[in-house]
Amino acid sequence: MNITRLDKARDLNFKRQVEEESGQNLSACYQCGKCTAGCPSAGVYDRQVSQIMRAVQMGLKEEALKNRSLWLCLSCSTCSARCPNNIDVAAVMETLRMMARREGWVQDRPMETFWKAFLDTVKYTGRSYEMGVMAGFMARTLRGWGNVEIAPTALLKNKLPFIPSVIEGREEVARIFQRYAEKQKRS
Amino acid sequence: MKIGVFVCHCGSNIEATVDTAAVAKIAENYPDVVFAEDSMYTCSEPGQENIVQAIKKHGLDGVVVASCSPRMHEPTFRRTVERAGLNRYMFEMANIREHVSWIGRDREANTNKAAELVRLAVEKLRRNAPLYAKQFDVTKRVLVIGGGVAGIQAALDAADSGIGVVMVERESTIGGKMAKLDKTFPTVDCSSCVLAPKMVDVAQNPNITLYAHSEVESISGFVGNFTVKIRKRATYVDWSKCTGCGICTEKCPEKNVPDTFNEGISKCRAINIPFPQAIPKKATINPDYCRKLKDGKCGVCSKVCTVGAIKYDMVDEIVEEKVGAIIAATGFDLVDWKTITEFGGGTYPDVITSLQYERMMSASGPTAGHIHRPSDHKEPKNIVFIQCVGSRDCSMGRPYCSGFCCMYTAKQAIMTKDHLPDTDAYVFYMDVRAPGKMYDEFTRRAQEEYGVQYIRGRVSAIQPYTREDGSVGYIVRGADTLLGEQVEVDADMVVLAVGVEGSKGAGNLAEKLRISYDHYGFYMESHVKLRPVETNTAGVYLAGVCQGPKDIPASVAQGSAAAAKVMALFSKPKLENDPQVSVVDIKRCVACGKCIKVCPYQAIEEVEFRGQKKAHVIETVCQGCGVCTATCPQGAIQVSHFTDNQLLAEVNALCQF
Repeated sequence: MNITRLDKARDLNFKRQVEEESGQNLSACYQCGKCTAGCPSAGVYDRQVSQIMRAVQMGLKEEALKNRSLWLCLSCSTCSARCPNNIDVAAVMETLRMMARREGWVQDRPMETFWKAFLDTVKYTGRSYEMGVMAGFMARTLRGWGNVEIAPTALLKNKLPFIPSVIEGREEVARIFQRYAEKQKRS
Repeated sequence: MKIGVFVCHCGSNIEATVDTAAVAKIAENYPDVVFAEDSMYTCSEPGQENIVQAIKKHGLDGVVVASCSPRMHEPTFRRTVERAGLNRYMFEMANIREHVSWIGRDREANTNKAAELVRLAVEKLRRNAPLYAKQFDVTKRVLVIGGGVAGIQAALDAADSGIGVVMVERESTIGGKMAKLDKTFPTVDCSSCVLAPKMVDVAQNPNITLYAHSEVESISGFVGNFTVKIRKRATYVDWSKCTGCGICTEKCPEKNVPDTFNEGISKCRAINIPFPQAIPKKATINPDYCRKLKDGKCGVCSKVCTVGAIKYDMVDEIVEEKVGAIIAATGFDLVDWKTITEFGGGTYPDVITSLQYERMMSASGPTAGHIHRPSDHKEPKNIVFIQCVGSRDCSMGRPYCSGFCCMYTAKQAIMTKDHLPDTDAYVFYMDVRAPGKMYDEFTRRAQEEYGVQYIRGRVSAIQPYTREDGSVGYIVRGADTLLGEQVEVDADMVVLAVGVEGSKGAGNLAEKLRISYDHYGFYMESHVKLRPVETNTAGVYLAGVCQGPKDIPASVAQGSAAAAKVMALFSKPKLENDPQVSVVDIKRCVACGKCIKVCPYQAIEEVEFRGQKKAHVIETVCQGCGVCTATCPQGAIQVSHFTDNQLLAEVNALCQF
């Protein structure tokens, strides 16, 4: 059995950093589990959201960052809406994802790739473009026909257009990406 | 004048960040100071003896102690100087603990600030004069506001000691929330069986005057001499004639009135007696529903009443009572759980509050003690109890623990298994809080003996759905944080352990009583630990949940404690006033009457003095608030011990440069 030596493993700097970047007070969490209770992805998580919150509280960096749950999170914010202590749990999850990427600890590469593909379409069209996401994702992962069975239904409902719709202010959205890239380069 | 200064170490509380010896050394050079020293614990017996000896040895006229807040030890040191033969008002206190040592770490700055505060106290003391208390009569009657178990206990204890009691109850019967309960924890004995005899005692005790269906309209006066106006709300039934036979409540044709005593799970008539053991057992008409009062057409109750007690033209009546003390025992109400949309917000018929469930289990309740779902009246097979609904919940603005929900939930789960052995009970909890005699054992019994399934985690949502057989089911989705998994229960019924807050209208009453209350409607005690029954208004005491969440034994204990405080107050033949009251300088007074208008205690009257009109302060009524001083355009009215000259001397002492 794996025994955690708390006096050695506890990294309170990590907790402080998460609090700073997410703007949330992690000590306010009293582990009631309401976030886990309402989470639509709980069934596929390898570590429940309340357990991730606990890991951050304890300053256990690896436990908090090295899991697939971060990448399966839908960012639906049900956890934030239900938290009795007003913690924006979804913001903490988002912070943890960014930290995991910085550390190179992403546990679900295809998911990260999917996110990249999604953001690329936003960058070019100013909004999401499903066909573009699919194409980008397939090209990057070389995964062929993963969810192809839903394509006919989606096509019939006009949810999978072949031509992207471009929004007004596409340039402005693109500039957000540009500014972010410049900021990354500077730091 | 000869002044002695004593600078206290308070162990390390002050000494750690203030050089008390240096403060004493500096104080020696202040005007009129003939003696100054530091001491370890000035409030201890040797510390006080030291002051007494110094007064005698150096012939001191006044004493300054630099130590803690005067809230705690000013009375102590006043008694000390009195023992040495000085007037108790020839004493000043400099607070160098709360105002200095506890709030700063810089020893040099702290030492300087402490010395400055001592200078301020010395300058004030130099202008102090001996003051003497006046005695006044006490009305030896007590007003008890609220007829729940805490108020009942306070009233009975006070009445037993011969004190006259006036009890005011908002509802048409006393008994409060306890009267609604089926059983009580941890003994599972019948609630009304233990409460009803006490309620009957209230009705029969010759020392108790009960005003039910009444509210406190206004309160004036002060400790020993309060005048209370009580609004007797119209019941439209002459209670002196009503026998409580109940024929009117059977014949009334208006059957669609929400029954508040049964927490709205059933309907009652427009004329109603809440429950069989009601005290007083008298009928009351609800004017919002009565057909006669609304449209003038009906009058059935008046026809069937054999004693002619129905009075449709009854109006509210104001009565006046004189009392010497007041006990507030206004209890609680449930937090507004209907704002919780994920639990249905009151729209799912089978999601009910624990108090509604209690009425359902009660033999005298609307279902005669049978547990069934409100929607289809079937026996539930799975019941889910959810704890901490509106408790320990910052998102609802209720961060506190309601204290007794863990226990009554365990009781209700046990009662469920008693009534319906084949029904499964699930309890979603965060922590089981059971600190009390036989309490933890009780919650263990629920799990070990009765097989109640406890799940540690909150519930996220309740989702109604239609089952295959057409009935409604409720998917309760929660988390088992010990398992680290999401869990679901297909429930037939959900009972919410809704948290408590101060009774509706508690804030309004607090303003009439001139006491403080917190965000949640609970009244503030004078000291959290050492004065839990007193308020900061002399003569006003607290009992029961109005002060903070507590269970029945604690409420009863506090009721008795409040009565004991009243007995102690009334044990003296006369009360002494605080001589820190306003005094009129009649040479300056121009009788403009402004002070009379602003005085909140009606303590100032107009008198004739050598043919001229002047203001005069009734010393035993004045509470020394100082509003008159601030208002007087002539500076003719001054509060003794806080005169303009004394306050300006303090300011000058601080603003030297």
